[in-house]
Amino acid sequence: MKIVVDRARCTGLGICESFAPEVFEVDDNGDLAVSSETVPDGLESEVEQAVTGCPTEALRLEK
Amino acid sequence: MTRLVVVGASLAGLRAVEGARKAGFTGSVTLVGAEEHLPYDRPPLSKAFLDGPVAAPVFREEQVLRDELGVELVLGTRAHALDPAGRVVHAGEGELPYDGLVIATGATPRTLPGTSHLAGVHTLRTLDDALAVRAALDAGARTVVIGAGFIGSEVASAARKRGLPVTVVEAAPTPLMRAIGAMGEPCSALHRANGTDLRCGVAVTGVEGHDRVERVRLADGTLLDADLVVVGAGAVPATDWLAGSGLTLEDGVVCDETLATGLPGVYAAGDVARWANPLFGRAMRLEHWSSAAEQGAAAGVAAALPGAARPYETVPYFWSDWYDTRIQFAGVPDADEIQVVLGDPDEGRFVALYRSGDHLTGVLAVNKQRETMKFRALIARRTDWSGALDFAARRREPVSEGVR
Repeated sequence: MKIVVDRARCTGLGICESFAPEVFEVDDNGDLAVSSETVPDGLESEVEQAVTGCPTEALRLEK
Repeated sequence: MTRLVVVGASLAGLRAVEGARKAGFTGSVTLVGAEEHLPYDRPPLSKAFLDGPVAAPVFREEQVLRDELGVELVLGTRAHALDPAGRVVHAGEGELPYDGLVIATGATPRTLPGTSHLAGVHTLRTLDDALAVRAALDAGARTVVIGAGFIGSEVASAARKRGLPVTVVEAAPTPLMRAIGAMGEPCSALHRANGTDLRCGVAVTGVEGHDRVERVRLADGTLLDADLVVVGAGAVPATDWLAGSGLTLEDGVVCDETLATGLPGVYAAGDVARWANPLFGRAMRLEHWSSAAEQGAAAGVAAALPGAARPYETVPYFWSDWYDTRIQFAGVPDADEIQVVLGDPDEGRFVALYRSGDHLTGVLAVNKQRETMKFRALIARRTDWSGALDFAARRREPVSEGVR
């Protein structure tokens, strides 16, 4: 599964980093860095929680 | 289990519905909301929504709710009683039988006594409130905000963005006292630097006018001319309709770790729920987005699927946007000690850590988004104070090229 960030929606609230710090990190400007283009093995549940937990619905997974 | 009823059609209620469906619940789902609107998102209402003609932040279209989630929507209908023996919710003129019930009726903003007849005096919680406040700002209102919490301070930010005059009156010595404890001074500085007239430590003694608000009177005798007054004085859990139901109501619906209320099949979620947070070993009632969403989902699953209830724990987290500054807080604000460990409050960019006993229990980050969730994770892991300070020291070390 591919991780897609809608940059227009993301404001760097960091919920995703809370669930999956291995994949997501916010910087001090509020920009989100994603360390993997696809969902890493073994982190499916964490990334899914990150997607569901995003308050601005800025994350989605694509097949 | 065939009938799930969710009372409260905001974030927690919507997530309850979605959570139940995602977990495989195939019975009927009824979502009851007091407002006419489809479920919408509240944080934007005091932020971007006030800046211009943006659309209502509706979560899901009606067709998605109805057809994809299989929800029967009962909107514009207020629940007014719960009969746990008959397993029935009384809402509007009707009765809604349930097997599982989620109570997610949220909280009601405090108002100022004696102002209900005055146009131009608003709270800010609902979409209708936000439309009214935005219209007043569009008309160039002179604004007085009562209460320097999140809502009040965000309204002040919106007014200043438009170049409008705004005064914030706060009875406490600094803004955000309840939410961030003793670290309000840097927040005061934000207001002052952005041209908001902040008056702390003074009470409002009257809101005056004939049909419309004209001025606000303060305890020190000051009169503030006003076309718009926004009351941001906190909210109380919406539990009136549950009186006599047998639920324990103590500043919210009292729940155990799994959000169970003690009545068969009845769970609570969001601003209305006071649950035992295992991570802190105490009862909490939160009015934050993340916990409302997560509790909603958990309560929806628990109410729909017998045996599925699990303890819910979290490190409370909220954010607020003031002018160009993002304020984030995780944990709990009452502390034995608060220490600034990164950055400098005078420069408007810092991290402060909160200690209770021997443990890290809170973190305030102002324009330090990179740090917030790292310290939140330390709180979740019950990190002791020295461990937290060590971590902070490592975060202060110079960053070499390409390495964090």
